[in-house]
Amino acid sequence: EVEDLSDGCGAKISVIVVSKQFEGKPLLQRHRLVNSVLEEELKSIHAFSQKTLTPEQWEKLKNQPSESS
Amino acid sequence: MTGVMQKCSKVFLQAAVLNRPISIAYLCTVSPKDQYEQMVKKNKVVVFMKGVPEQPMCGFSNAVVQIFRMHGVTNYDAHNVLADESIRQGIKEFTNWPTIPQIFIGGEFVGGCDILLQMHKNGELIEELQKVGIQSALLEQEKKEE
Repeated sequence: EVEDLSDGCGAKISVIVVSKQFEGKPLLQRHRLVNSVLEEELKSIHAFSQKTLTPEQWEKLKNQPSESS
Repeated sequence: MTGVMQKCSKVFLQAAVLNRPISIAYLCTVSPKDQYEQMVKKNKVVVFMKGVPEQPMCGFSNAVVQIFRMHGVTNYDAHNVLADESIRQGIKEFTNWPTIPQIFIGGEFVGGCDILLQMHKNGELIEELQKVGIQSALLEQEKKEE
């Protein structure tokens, strides 16, 4: 299951992707998965940033009052 | 004639950067893949970015510079893709990664700004730096605070 919440202003896109497929995978692999899915779109997107989370991580993030830096 | 002169000086400059004597004939036969292999292994930390560390030309590249600064990592190789369109394209093909900046630690592709930021937040970056023999400045800070 993949959840896409993206907000972009013009050519800059920021994406949070939540998927069970990320479980057990290191960051680089997760991002490459997303990159391959968005291969066509990325050709025309100027700036792209992504957060890749497992459903568990996503739940934790939602329940946190504010992110610690 | 000037074209040849320019190419010669580029070869010498590249030779200086790569720190080995390169004949023009050799340079013609080095594949782009080998070229990038050499570039990313030349230093413990190698970054392909927009602009230079003293003046980054994009928010993501700037974030990378700032993160490394926080860890006390300052003498890394920084390649300005805006200064050379062939590198801008070539590095993306080399890593099969669509965006700049691109970070390499110990010759291995680490990822882009997002990944570096997460590694910085969760302590992974300190570990990766230690693996290549770099002591993060943040570790020193932690020791002082204890």
